[in-house]
Amino acid sequence: MAAPASTQHTVARDPAIVFILKKSVISAFVALILFSLMVGVRTFPGETGQLTYTTRFGELASIVAIVFGGSIVLELLRRWIGPVGGIELPATVRHVVSTLGRLLAPALLIFALLVPVIFYNQRYLLDLSILVLTYVMLGWGLNIVVGLAGLLDLGYVAFYAVGAYSYALLAQSGLPLPYFISTYPFVAVDFLQLGAWAFWVLLPISGLLAACWGVMLGFPVLRLRGDYLAIVTLAFGEIIRLVIINWQDLTGGPNGISGIPRPTFFGIPLTPGENGFAALIGVPFSPTHRLVFLFYLILALALLTNWVTIRLRRLPIGRAWEAMREDEVACRALGINITTTKLSAFAIGAMFGGFAGAFFATRQGFISPESFTFQESALVLAIVVLGGMGSQLGVALAAIAMIGGFELFRGLDQFRMLVFGGVMVLLMIWRPRGLIGHRSPTVFLEHNRAISSDVVKEGQG
Amino acid sequence: MDYFAQQLINGLVLGSIYGLIAIGYTMVYGIVGMINFAHGDIFMIGGFIALITFLILVSMGLSAVPLILLIVLLVSMAVTAVYGWVVERVAYRPLRHSFRLAPLLSAIGMSFVLSNFSQVTQGAQVKPIPPLITGGHTLHDSGNFAVQLSNIQIVVVVTTIVLLAIFSYMVSRTRFGRDMRACEQDQTMAALLGVDVDRTISMTFVIGAALAAVAGMMYLLYYGLVDFFMGFVAGIKAFTAAVLGGIGSLPGAMLGGLAIGLIETFWSAYFSVEYKDVAAFSILIVVLIFMPTGLLGRPEVEKV
Repeated sequence: MAAPASTQHTVARDPAIVFILKKSVISAFVALILFSLMVGVRTFPGETGQLTYTTRFGELASIVAIVFGGSIVLELLRRWIGPVGGIELPATVRHVVSTLGRLLAPALLIFALLVPVIFYNQRYLLDLSILVLTYVMLGWGLNIVVGLAGLLDLGYVAFYAVGAYSYALLAQSGLPLPYFISTYPFVAVDFLQLGAWAFWVLLPISGLLAACWGVMLGFPVLRLRGDYLAIVTLAFGEIIRLVIINWQDLTGGPNGISGIPRPTFFGIPLTPGENGFAALIGVPFSPTHRLVFLFYLILALALLTNWVTIRLRRLPIGRAWEAMREDEVACRALGINITTTKLSAFAIGAMFGGFAGAFFATRQGFISPESFTFQESALVLAIVVLGGMGSQLGVALAAIAMIGGFELFRGLDQFRMLVFGGVMVLLMIWRPRGLIGHRSPTVFLEHNRAISSDVVKEGQG
Repeated sequence: MDYFAQQLINGLVLGSIYGLIAIGYTMVYGIVGMINFAHGDIFMIGGFIALITFLILVSMGLSAVPLILLIVLLVSMAVTAVYGWVVERVAYRPLRHSFRLAPLLSAIGMSFVLSNFSQVTQGAQVKPIPPLITGGHTLHDSGNFAVQLSNIQIVVVVTTIVLLAIFSYMVSRTRFGRDMRACEQDQTMAALLGVDVDRTISMTFVIGAALAAVAGMMYLLYYGLVDFFMGFVAGIKAFTAAVLGGIGSLPGAMLGGLAIGLIETFWSAYFSVEYKDVAAFSILIVVLIFMPTGLLGRPEVEKV
């Protein structure tokens, strides 16, 4: 019995080795072609300004070797581990996992509330968590458009920019108050200086303006779906950025706007001095106060976004969004007004983008078109997709993972976007549905079943 | 009038470049139904390969311009075609039956990978080269303005026409072209009838990339520079061209490319250079809203 088995074994193994080697040699050869010119040769301006080049055959050889070795390892792993099937966990384990899952959201919230207490002395971590929360908020805002309404928006950063510039410009000029006069041109404008209350007055206004732009984008794209919608929203985002760059009189062009008023604690400035917040409550001034305040501010804004989204999902409009995402034609047949449904999704999503933009402007004190590139849109979209589209907790976790990952690679500045792009491709291949691939339906008949997002058709609306 | 004629020439040359890129978009959209977002960056890679090959040839002491051009053209087409093949193999093929958003997002990721790859390997600066093809002809001289047709413009247009002739022969007369058109109509049926669908799709990407490489080389020759970020805007404009011509239609892509080139040139000449990209993007939006099927496209039937 043993002898035939072993011969069978060798017969089965030999072609496998040949196959793996052949595959790896081909991969290495393809890599050689790909990288021979781009990696093997480095162009740079020479002494006379003429372009010259040096060769880097060492790097080229090591990359080709890595590809060769890597493809052998990958192929071996694929053979040894085999296709990973659905692993059936014991009932108790599954129970524990689901309990932990349910506890995760409250635990995260409590942790978020305690972050400024725990990391009070670590400025860098506080700054980072403010950044993460900004992206959590943007992700939740975009989630309304992409996750709930199923409208793929590649230009979300446009609304972020509108919010930021609205706040920055209005805070510097004051709030324009037109009034009628009896002489030509019959309308005059007074600028109401807002002083310490600038942020609190202008925050809702920035959101409203962004919502208006959301409707302006929404109107023309009502009939578009899927990929076309994605490209048009991308074009819209680029148009906004190009206009900001070129309209120098208003926006300062590429130089941006600096000296944007900082937020105040409901009218009390967070500055050293007589009227400052620290002096009023009788503690020594510390610049960390403002960071802590900014942290709670963005946390509140993000939670507001989350709360509104959760409430909206229970309202007719939220149900209409989810229905529209699943099937737009059926929706129309059932008498749902697609126009208002789409426009409201764009407007509300854009409004939260505008809030986040105003917050960004007041946090930085300086904004320029550099902050509103397509890469930002792609990053926010990647957060939403990674989070499983529609899952609020997933988006928050994805934002933490993405921005945290970005920070880890901060040292490799050049390679950051390279890695980001690669991760995006790999994620799409590995888990096209995101990390948390299911969410519970908001409405259900008789019993609640978790819907795997595999059955949800995204990007059709 | 002379000024107009000059802009017309410039616009047609620019339009040829856009048209060559647009063909890649329209072929891929026709056959797999996805927007190959990384195609603009393939064009950029093509420009870089051409630049590097050119530098190597010059440093080897080659001085016959037609020979240099031919070698640069062939090398950049071949190497860029491999890029196109690898991109399809790595980023799109595993997602072919995934949900509709996945290939688009994967393509966006691939676009980041390609542009940052060339930034990392070749640096972020603009790469200029001395003009390779000089001289030109004065077509008409009215005293204060002379209409110029430079030799490089002739080269760009002639190369485009020759390649298009070869390409349309391939699509309409060869086995591959028939396979491609069959896959476009119905992949399952084509597979049942013995068409190797995977191979055909790969070939589509390869040919699209090769044409984009030609466009990249023409861009390098015409403007005398390449940089790692040029793929993004050129890609969106070429996509606009493909949509304007009717996505899925090959003559439409070329027509759309010419239209976008002309519009952009005239806009820069008569209105403002700063807003030329805004003009191109606005056209994309307007076309998609009022004429979603483009000039030569077929209307898409909405199925429930």
